[in-house]
Amino acid sequence: MAIRRGRGVAAINYPTGMNLGGDPTQALVHSTPTGNFMVTLSSVDLGQGMKQIMAQICAETIGVPTDRVVVDTADTDTGPHCMGTFASRGTHRAGNAVIQAAKEARQVMLEVAAEELEVNASDLDTDGQGNIQVKGAPQKSISIFDVALSAHFKRGRSISGRGMFLIPRSYPEKETGAMKPSTCYAHACTVAEVEVDDETGEVTVLTVKNVFEIGRALNPKMVEQQLVGGSWMGISHALYETTEPYYPNRDHGGTDFNQYLMPGPGDLAETEIIVLERPSADGPFGAKGPGEMCANPQIPAVANAVFDAVGVRIDTLPITPERILRALKAQAAG
Amino acid sequence: MELRKDYFADVRKDGLNEIGQPRPRLDSPGHVTGKTAYFADRNFPGMLHLKMVRSPHHHARIRSIDTSEAEKHPGVVRVLTARDVPHNVYTILILIQVGPEDETVLADGKVRWKGEAVVAVLAETERAAQEAAAKVKVDYEVLPAVFDMEEALKPGAPVVNEYHGQNYYLYDSGECRKVRFGDVEAGFAQADHILEQSYQSSPIEHAPTETTGCVVAPEGNDRFTCYTNTQAMFFTLDNASIILQMPGSKLHFVGGTVGGGFGGKVDVIVEPIAILGAKLTGRPVSFVYSREEEMQISSPRAAEKIVIKDGVMKDGRIVARKVTGYTDAGAYSRHSPYGAQKGAAHYPGPYTISNVWIDTYCVYTNRTPSSAMRGFGVTIGDFALEVQMDKLARLIGMDPLEFRFINAYRDGDMKAHRQPTEGAALIECMQEASRAANWPVAEKYMAMSSYRKGA
Repeated sequence: MAIRRGRGVAAINYPTGMNLGGDPTQALVHSTPTGNFMVTLSSVDLGQGMKQIMAQICAETIGVPTDRVVVDTADTDTGPHCMGTFASRGTHRAGNAVIQAAKEARQVMLEVAAEELEVNASDLDTDGQGNIQVKGAPQKSISIFDVALSAHFKRGRSISGRGMFLIPRSYPEKETGAMKPSTCYAHACTVAEVEVDDETGEVTVLTVKNVFEIGRALNPKMVEQQLVGGSWMGISHALYETTEPYYPNRDHGGTDFNQYLMPGPGDLAETEIIVLERPSADGPFGAKGPGEMCANPQIPAVANAVFDAVGVRIDTLPITPERILRALKAQAAG
Repeated sequence: MELRKDYFADVRKDGLNEIGQPRPRLDSPGHVTGKTAYFADRNFPGMLHLKMVRSPHHHARIRSIDTSEAEKHPGVVRVLTARDVPHNVYTILILIQVGPEDETVLADGKVRWKGEAVVAVLAETERAAQEAAAKVKVDYEVLPAVFDMEEALKPGAPVVNEYHGQNYYLYDSGECRKVRFGDVEAGFAQADHILEQSYQSSPIEHAPTETTGCVVAPEGNDRFTCYTNTQAMFFTLDNASIILQMPGSKLHFVGGTVGGGFGGKVDVIVEPIAILGAKLTGRPVSFVYSREEEMQISSPRAAEKIVIKDGVMKDGRIVARKVTGYTDAGAYSRHSPYGAQKGAAHYPGPYTISNVWIDTYCVYTNRTPSSAMRGFGVTIGDFALEVQMDKLARLIGMDPLEFRFINAYRDGDMKAHRQPTEGAALIECMQEASRAANWPVAEKYMAMSSYRKGA
């Protein structure tokens, strides 16, 4: 009886969005009289930080600091349509809609600034700090605050824009299955290292090294929170979770967190996250949707590591101590 | 976390002002100080609480329902049964024309899973609603139930859901979604080795911090505001409009920050019946799942069974892959026909294989309906595919990581569902993993690229 060590690898890809059902999202952007910008959506922030990332996308597109943007979302009386926050689509779909709306608003903003500065709008650029200046002559500039005041009270212009992103629905061909299920794919490769106690069947995940390719890390701190959380969820899925422990038997289902097993802080592996960025052709600033993908590769990586450690295959999830011990017993029997 | 900017630097424009910057989240202070408002923070004078009477049986005919004792219970304001629901038989994907309508808001004549909603009780307090629910008398005739997908697909198995007529979802392609690419039998015939293996998962729970729920307030003008933690505002509003036969203009949905979704809050389960309760009583209504309901009543991730048969050459090339996937939808469709179809598009994984045969089935059984969950259609498929890849590598005596390089897809490769590969990055992820995990592979693999030109 011994503690045995093993490691396993898995490599995966993951589609962004749900083309198989049609995939629309709309956005509206407008300025306030003092040059702040409102993004209006009906998309839902699930706690992953959607509002923050939409603010950054809008700010980058208009050319203002992120703290000048406020996101108002999830109200069907005010927000234009969004299919929903699922299928790794939120950032990609809503982000594209916000870019389109913000571009239109930026154009009006530059036109008003051009009138104030008596130059052509095409000669103007934003400095990212809240000002608009003549290209090559930054001393000739006007604040976005003053541009917005002018638009509202003097020029009678609405600094606003409409955005729409729609991936048309793909219908699978009946006989061949030819279809376009997605627009871009995120990627991952995970190496997991485990220890398996061949007396108790208990698995300890020592390290999980994840490499994720996500198109573009729009906000690296938020990318990190999502990828680390996903990696932990993958371990939980591999080793712990089930609402029906003896599926297809319906009995013994957990009804609270005492019965429904998940890893606690002490059960989580040392987690390493490495991010690569190959911008997607149609993502906002090249972003793909890594939200679902990041919880997947740990599951087979852990399963393969368990085999590497003790030489038995557990092809049924979750990989419980009971299943490992039964497999070891069967292996010993021969 | 480490950003490896050296990969793909030639196709990426860095140096932007706001994008790529690790700005602190503007909503974080609210979350960590308890100031962020969730739907359940809404509290209205005179608000009623809704509790469900649920089926104790996996499959049964309802002979009769007697609500008279429950209605007399102190604090009870209204008891709802199937006949109170204007359009009681529904399915959520009808919005994108994926029918048939196959599920009841409140059971009508039959229950098809243990936990199915039968009667809704609206009372002044949660306790009164719970006590009254226990007084509802339902006379059941228990029917044979089927729990195992293979049993369900056998001739003569009990029919789970009469709206389908058979225990699988009927696609336009027949009993399963199909992908056919190349000649899989010819591929097996040329293979040095064939490996057929079976993989299985069980349902799991989304386990959000905040359970599913909503609070509905009549606005006094025949309009109703529904404060909800749905993941999809208009999807839920439009389905509620169908179920309640109310114009969408009478409905106002307000969300906000949700305490975790993971796909568990796109089923349109609590909102229609709560709005109906508010309409019939004229009072605000709260319907919030208990943790037990969240775990055993709310849809889990579907259990899946996946059979993979591969033909592989001694040099490491996979020349044929046949996958048969079964998704356990439970008693009703919800999002499962879509999930099974997504699986068909995902196989054979991120590998270029010239002969592929995929069949994915959506199977009905007498269990809690499964539905969307983070990665559904793909997550369990990846478990099966990547364990299979490990087995294949060992079968031919090859390093598991090198084996994946040999088969990895690259730009321009045709996928089984007949889309050319674009923006591939699997090879680079594996190269970086090789370095980070100190898992060396041959130099020729480290020199590979997902780019085609110059390869």
